[in-house]
Amino acid sequence: MYNEKVMDHFMHPRNVGEIENPDGVGQVGNPVCGDIMKIFLRIKDGRIEDIKFKTFGCGAAIATSSMITELVRGKTLDEAMTISNKVVAEALGGLPPQKLHCSNLAADALHAAIEDYKRKRVS
Amino acid sequence: MRRVYLDHAATTAVHPEVLEEMLPYLKEEFGNPSSIYSWGREAKAAVEKARARLAHLLGAHPAEIVFTSGGTESDNFALRGVAAANSQKGNHIITTKIEHHAVLHTAEQLEKEGFRVTYLPVDRDGLVRPEDLEEALTPDTVLVSIMFANNEIGTIEPIAELARIAKSKGVIFHTDAVQAVGNIPIDVKELNVDLLSLSGHKIYGPKGTGALYIRRGTRIEPLLLGGAQERKWRAGTENVPGIVGLGKAAELAEKELPQRMKHLTELRDLLINGVMERIDHVRLNGHRTQRLPGNASFCFEFVEGESLLLNLDLAGIAASSGSACTSGSLEPSHVLMALGIPPEVAHGSLRLTLGRDNTREDVEYVLSVLPDIVARLRAISPLAPGGVKEDV
Ligand SMILES: Cc1ncc(COP(=O)(O)O)c(C=O)c1O
Repeated sequence: MYNEKVMDHFMHPRNVGEIENPDGVGQVGNPVCGDIMKIFLRIKDGRIEDIKFKTFGCGAAIATSSMITELVRGKTLDEAMTISNKVVAEALGGLPPQKLHCSNLAADALHAAIEDYKRKRVS
Repeated sequence: MRRVYLDHAATTAVHPEVLEEMLPYLKEEFGNPSSIYSWGREAKAAVEKARARLAHLLGAHPAEIVFTSGGTESDNFALRGVAAANSQKGNHIITTKIEHHAVLHTAEQLEKEGFRVTYLPVDRDGLVRPEDLEEALTPDTVLVSIMFANNEIGTIEPIAELARIAKSKGVIFHTDAVQAVGNIPIDVKELNVDLLSLSGHKIYGPKGTGALYIRRGTRIEPLLLGGAQERKWRAGTENVPGIVGLGKAAELAEKELPQRMKHLTELRDLLINGVMERIDHVRLNGHRTQRLPGNASFCFEFVEGESLLLNLDLAGIAASSGSACTSGSLEPSHVLMALGIPPEVAHGSLRLTLGRDNTREDVEYVLSVLPDIVARLRAISPLAPGGVKEDV
């Protein structure tokens, strides 16, 4: 069902956890559909200095969350905003078709966290 | 690595004695039971022997058994057959919210074709309330279909009482007993049911085999039309090896039933008690005692079922879940929803179903790995309590 890379990220997720007093937090999904992804950001000089996640969901939900933390660590916010759910799925070497819609939301969570950071900075 | 199969409600391994009886009918005994020469007569005799064995298991007359391709066909046959034969009398059918899709989707199709269907609720343990059935019956009701035991949560319904209520109003009573046959005693005469569905592959028989018990005199029409097989109740050349296997499986089920029940109940209670002791924020689904001997069904809060299954699989354990991801839809199982379990909790469901080959060591192995798996997934989950956690 899942390829080796997805299973690796699922069994050994990178950057699990929370950041205390994060610069940005984003959460997507809802408990009814069975996937919730929460991403925490530490931003320094316009770059993602640290990123952590917590996810409730299936194998694909956990693997995509883990993958995106690897993809964007050290990136500028503009670079991070260009990362889409599709890019995350491709970086994992693909996901089963039925997972592409329901559990492939990590980029949405990341973008929500970046928006949160920008909102906080303005106010 | 140890491998433990705990998904006997999904399917079972063919019993070695069943396989042995089937083999000649896949080889030299290949005749068509409708043929009049020796090959045909021998095949016919094998089919009738199987019919007698299955009838004996159920306390039925052999002429009341119609072989089908499985539980799904039997359920379709019962619902559509009764609906078609009784549409003059009325257009109302009563079933429940927790039926297998073989019944539910057939009922939904009948709604599209002009029938009115009442889906009875269940209580938090999954039991149908007899008074709800009493209230739902109308002069237009032609069929009541209530499953004997639920495939996800294992709850055993009060079928004798429910059948009595339906029959007192002259309404035909069907029960989907796919999960119950071979696991608990069933006597169709005592229970007074008119129609009963069963499936071979759940009782150590071959896949693609099943039967519908039809009490003599029940108003029903066939589903499949064609040749005169099964006394015109089910057209199509008989699956002779499959039927022979189902017959043998029925004979073994009858013979082994007391041991199977004792063995499975012991293992089940060991498993249930072990899980409830070792893991917190867990809910047992289904009735505590009025449940199938081999069924243990749980919801683990803050974790999702597919993740659980993947981890168990990596530990060599086969199980199932009613989470959305594993049901192929966006919502968790309709059975868990009908119990009133919140969706986020229902997503964390895990069903472990024991079989005759399982041992105490199998259960102990599960109890040794499951708590760590749940803990690991909870450490990743944003829903789990416990505040800020560092890397895991
Ligand atoms: C309660 C119930 N009814 C019907 C079926 C369908 O049986 P079959 O797989 O033989 O078509 C099943 C099997 O999953 C079941 O558990």
